Amino acid sequence: MRRTPFYPFHKEAGARLIDFGGWEMPVQYTGILDEHAACRERVGLFDVSHMGEVWFRGPKAMDAVSHLVTNDVKKLALGQAMYTAMCNERGGIVDDLIVYNVAPEEVLICVNAANREKDYDWMVTHNPLGVDIVNESDFYAQLAIQGRHAEALLQSLTDVPLAPIKNYWFATGTVAGVEHCIIARTGYTGEDGFEVFLPAGAADILWAAVQKAGLPYGLANIGLGARDTLRLEMKYCLYGNDINDDTTPLEGGLAWVTKLEKGEFIGRDPIVAQKASGVPKRLVGLVVEGRIARPHSPILQNGVVIGEVTSGTRSPSLGLNLAIGYVPAAMSAVGTSVEIDIRGTMAPAKVAKTPFYTRPY
Amino acid sequence: MIYPTHFKYTDQHEWLHIEGDVATVGITHHAQDQLGDIVHVEFPAVGKSLAKGKSACEIESVKSVSDVYAPISGTVTAVNTTLEGKEAVINADPHGGGWLFKLKISNPAELAELMDSVAYTAIA
Repeated sequence: MRRTPFYPFHKEAGARLIDFGGWEMPVQYTGILDEHAACRERVGLFDVSHMGEVWFRGPKAMDAVSHLVTNDVKKLALGQAMYTAMCNERGGIVDDLIVYNVAPEEVLICVNAANREKDYDWMVTHNPLGVDIVNESDFYAQLAIQGRHAEALLQSLTDVPLAPIKNYWFATGTVAGVEHCIIARTGYTGEDGFEVFLPAGAADILWAAVQKAGLPYGLANIGLGARDTLRLEMKYCLYGNDINDDTTPLEGGLAWVTKLEKGEFIGRDPIVAQKASGVPKRLVGLVVEGRIARPHSPILQNGVVIGEVTSGTRSPSLGLNLAIGYVPAAMSAVGTSVEIDIRGTMAPAKVAKTPFYTRPY
Repeated sequence: MIYPTHFKYTDQHEWLHIEGDVATVGITHHAQDQLGDIVHVEFPAVGKSLAKGKSACEIESVKSVSDVYAPISGTVTAVNTTLEGKEAVINADPHGGGWLFKLKISNPAELAELMDSVAYTAIA
C-alpha cells in the first residue's frame, strides 16, 4: 500500500489505518463523532496528500485544460481556482477536479487519489495542443486545515495575508519556514478553511508546526471517516460513489460547473444532447427515517425500484440520517416521498434541500 | 482489556451472561472498538424465536452496519430499550449498560461451545 509523508505521525497518534484506494490512510484518530464535532466547532487537520497534482505548462496550458474540463477555466484570474468535472467522449465523468491558475503559463490541477494514473493517462492522450503535462503528485504533500479557527491558526504560521484570500482563491508563500507552499481557500467540509500544498520533503516540519500552532485552538486530527460525514452533510460528491465514468455532470448535480456556452470541450456534445432530450436521473439529497441507508440501497416509490443510494450516513451535526442517491428526474423535486430498502426493511425518506448543513458563521 | 470472567464469549465478539435459563447478550469491548461510534440498533422483536447463528439484531455505526448473531438458540425475552437515542452507551459500557437483548435458552447443550474469558482474551 502507498503511504503519505505523514504516515509516521498517524501511526504515532494511534490512528486506525485503512486501505483507501490503495493508500494506507487514517480513518479515525479518536472517533468519527469527536472529530466531526471538532471540525464543525473548532478546527481540524486532514492529511490529503494522497490527492494528485498534475501541472500543465506552456503558452497554451489553460487552453489545453479547457479542452478537458466542463467549467469555463479560461475565465480564471491569476491566483484563482475553480471546481470542475472532466468528462469522457460520452459525457461521463472521468474525475472531479480543482484547477488553479498559478502563473501565465502554469496551471495546477488537483485530482482524486484513486484517479491519479487514470486522469494523467487521460490528459496526456487528449492533449491536441501538445502542452507539457507532468504528474508531480509524489513531489507534493497536502494538508487541509478546516474550521472556524483555520484562518487564525494558519496565519500564525505565515506572513502571507490570509484574510484577503477569498473562497476559491489562493496565494503562494512560506508557511512555518517551508517555502513554495500553495495556500488555497478551498475544502471538502463546508467550513471555512484552507488546503496547503507543500513540498513532500517538508512534511515533518509543517506537521509539527501546525500541531503546535493548533493547541490554543483545540485542533484535532481528522480521519477519512469524519471527512466523509462532513462532506456528506454538504452533499459534496465522492468520486466513485456518487459520480463515475457513466454519470454525466447534469445527472450528478454538477450542471453549475458545466458551461456549455464556453465552446468545445470533451463530452460537450452528448451533454448538450442530454440537456435537450431530458436528463433521465438526478443525484438528490435524502433524509431517511429510522435507519441509515448505505451505498447501493435501492430507492423505491409505490413498491417499484426507481433508483439507488450512493452515499449514506448518520449526520453528526444534524442528528438525521442523510443519504445521496439517484432518482428519475421526474421524482427529484424537494419534498418527494420515497422509500429506501435498508437490508429488507422499508424506511420512508424524502428528497431534501441541499446542502443539508449550513455553517452558522 | 480485562474481559469479565463470569461471562461466556463467541468468536463473533459477543458476550453472554447466563443466569438460570436466561442469557443476556451484548457485544464485547473489542467489537465496539472495531465498529466505532454506534448510532443505531435495530432490535429483534420480543417473543421472537432465534436459531443459533441467525441474525438477532443490527448495529449501525457511523461508517457501517453489522449483524449481531444469536450466539445460542432461544426466544427473545427483552431488549435494551434504554439504548434508544443513547447508543453511545454500547461504546462506553459494552459489558454492562450496553447489553442488547435477553434470550430464554432453548438448547442448553449449545452452551458447551462458548468460550470462557481466557480463550476469548486470546482472540480479542
